[in-house]
Amino acid sequence: MKKQTEAFVSVALIAALLIVLFVLERVIPSTSMLFTVLKKGAIYALVAVSMNLLNGFTGLFSLGQAGFMLVGAYTYGVLTIPVDQRANVYMYYDGGLIQFALHPILAIVIAGIIAGIFAYLIGLPVLRLKSDYLAIATLGFAEIIRAVFQWDKLGPLTNGSNLLRNYPSYKSVLFYFAASGVCIALIVLLINSTYGRAFKAIRDDEVAAEAMGINLAHHKRIAFVVSSFFAGVSGALLAMYQTSIQASMFKSAMTYEILLIVVIGGIGSITGSCISSFLFIILSEWLLRFLDSELVIGGFKVPLLRSGFRKVVFSIIIMIIVLFFRQGIMGTKEFSVRGIYNRITGKGRKAQKGGAADE
Amino acid sequence: MSNILEVRDLSVSYGGIQAVRGISFDVPEGQVVTLIGANGAGKSSTLRSIVGLVKPAGGSILFQGEELKGNPTETIVRKGITLVPEGRRVFVNLTVQENLRLGAYMRNDDLLKDLNWVYDLFPRLKERNWQAAGTLSGGEQQMLAIARALMSRPRLIMMDEPSLGLAPIIVQGVFDIIREINRRGVTILLVEQNANMALKAADLAYVMETGRITMKGKGSELAENEEIKAAYLGKARK
Repeated sequence: MKKQTEAFVSVALIAALLIVLFVLERVIPSTSMLFTVLKKGAIYALVAVSMNLLNGFTGLFSLGQAGFMLVGAYTYGVLTIPVDQRANVYMYYDGGLIQFALHPILAIVIAGIIAGIFAYLIGLPVLRLKSDYLAIATLGFAEIIRAVFQWDKLGPLTNGSNLLRNYPSYKSVLFYFAASGVCIALIVLLINSTYGRAFKAIRDDEVAAEAMGINLAHHKRIAFVVSSFFAGVSGALLAMYQTSIQASMFKSAMTYEILLIVVIGGIGSITGSCISSFLFIILSEWLLRFLDSELVIGGFKVPLLRSGFRKVVFSIIIMIIVLFFRQGIMGTKEFSVRGIYNRITGKGRKAQKGGAADE
Repeated sequence: MSNILEVRDLSVSYGGIQAVRGISFDVPEGQVVTLIGANGAGKSSTLRSIVGLVKPAGGSILFQGEELKGNPTETIVRKGITLVPEGRRVFVNLTVQENLRLGAYMRNDDLLKDLNWVYDLFPRLKERNWQAAGTLSGGEQQMLAIARALMSRPRLIMMDEPSLGLAPIIVQGVFDIIREINRRGVTILLVEQNANMALKAADLAYVMETGRITMKGKGSELAENEEIKAAYLGKARK
C-alpha cells in the first residue's frame, strides 16, 4: 500500500468518526451517558498518552500527572471566569485578584504552559533521580501542589478550598475529540522525530545513549515538560467537562487511574492508551455501575453488590493484568491502517525485508 | 607519525578510590593501539574519562592538539571520538536502523552514505535492518554496537572489551572487523582482557596494572615478552 493511500484512508476514517459523532449529537439527547463517556474518554486518552510519553517512551517512571492536571484545570478556571461572575465565585475573597477573562482556547494553551513551567521547576531537582525514586518524588510533588492550591493565603487567586465554577465550557463532544486529537497528533510527531528516537534510546540504555552524545538531562527535561504541558491541557479540558473544579478531585488515585489505562493499553503504545482509555471509562462510568447498587432478583438479594464493589472488581482486574497480561492490549505495537491492510492481505513481513536504507 | 590522542598524567577517582593514577600514553594516527590488563586495572575508567562520561581528577587529554578535559560527551563525540561501551549496550527495543541513526545523533547531515558504508562493512546488519536489536545474537549485537559508533564518523574509535562473552569464532570475526575498520582509516584504541587477540591486532600496546601503565611496546613484541606471557597469555615460562 502506498503512503498516500494510507494517509488518505486515515484521514477518511477520522472524518467519518467526526461525522458519526456529529450525527449522534443530533439524534441522541445530550444528557445521554454515551456523551459523558465519550468526552471523559477523550480527555483521559490525552493524559494517558502524555503519561505514556514519559513512562513508555522515555523510561521515566513519573506519577505526577494528576498534579499537572490540577495546575491546568485551575489555570483554566481562574483565567476564564467572566468578570461579572467573579464576586459570586470568590465570595470569601472579595471577588479575587484577577479581574479579566480570557478566551477559552487561549486559556487552555496557557493552562498547558503553566503546567509546563511547574514541570520545569520541579524537574530541576527531581529528574536527577532514577526509577522508583523519581516516582515517589513526583507523586510527592503532585500532593504538595494540591495542598498549596488549597492554601487559604492563595485564596484570592485559587479560591482556597472552595469550588471554582461558572466558567465557560464547550458542550459538544466534537470539541473534546478535536482538542484531544490535535494534542495526541503533536505528541506522535514528537515521538517520531529525532528527539523521540533519543527518548527511546534513553529508555533502552542510558549509558549507551550518553555515549552517543545524547544529553540526558536536556532530553529528560524536554520529555517531562512536554508531557506535563499536555497533562495541563487535559486538566483544562477536564475542568470544562466537569463545570466546576476543586483541588480534592486531583488526588493520587487519579494518577493511578491514568497509570492503569497506560498499563492496560500497553506501555509504549499510543493507540493502546487511546483504546484502553475509552474502554476504562466506559466500563467504570457506565457498564459496571450496576456493581455499586444493590440488586434484588425475585426476592433474592445478589451478594457482594453494594456501594464501592466496583473498585474491588477493578483491583482484581489490575492484578490479573499485571500477573498475566503485562504487555497490555497492544504491547508496544501501534494500531494503524497499514497494519490492518497487511493483516487482511497477508503482506507486510515480506514488504519489510529487503528495503534496507530506503528511508 | 603524529599522535591523534595524547594523554598526560590522567587520573580518575570515584569518591576517594583512585582508579587511574596518573597515566600517560599516546595513540598515533591510523594505528591500532591496545590497553591490556586485568580486571580493575583502570582500563574502562580511562576510556570513560576520555569520552567525558566521568570527570578526570587531573591530567590532560589532547585530541589533535585540543584539550578535551572538561568537555561534555556531546562535544567530544562531535569532535570525532566515539566509545563502543562495554557489554554492547545496543538499544534493544529499537530496530537496527534506528540504532544506527542514533549513532549519528550529533550530526545533522545526510546519513544515507554512511548507512550504506556500514551495511557494506556488516552485510548481516543490512539483512536485519528492520529487526529489533534485542533479537540479534550476541555477536551481531557487538557488530551493531561497533557499526553504531562508526555512524558518528569518528577519527578515533574506542572499544571497551568487544570480545566479552562471545564465542571464540565470533571473537575472531570481531577482530577481523577491527582490522578492516582500521584499514579504512579510523584510528582504534582497544581495551581488552583477551590479551592474546589484542596484542596480535595491535601496532602499539600498553599494559595497565592497578591504575598505572607498567609496560609499553609493539604488539608483536609484547606478545613474545615472558612476563606478559605468564601474566596475561596463560603460557608458562619456558
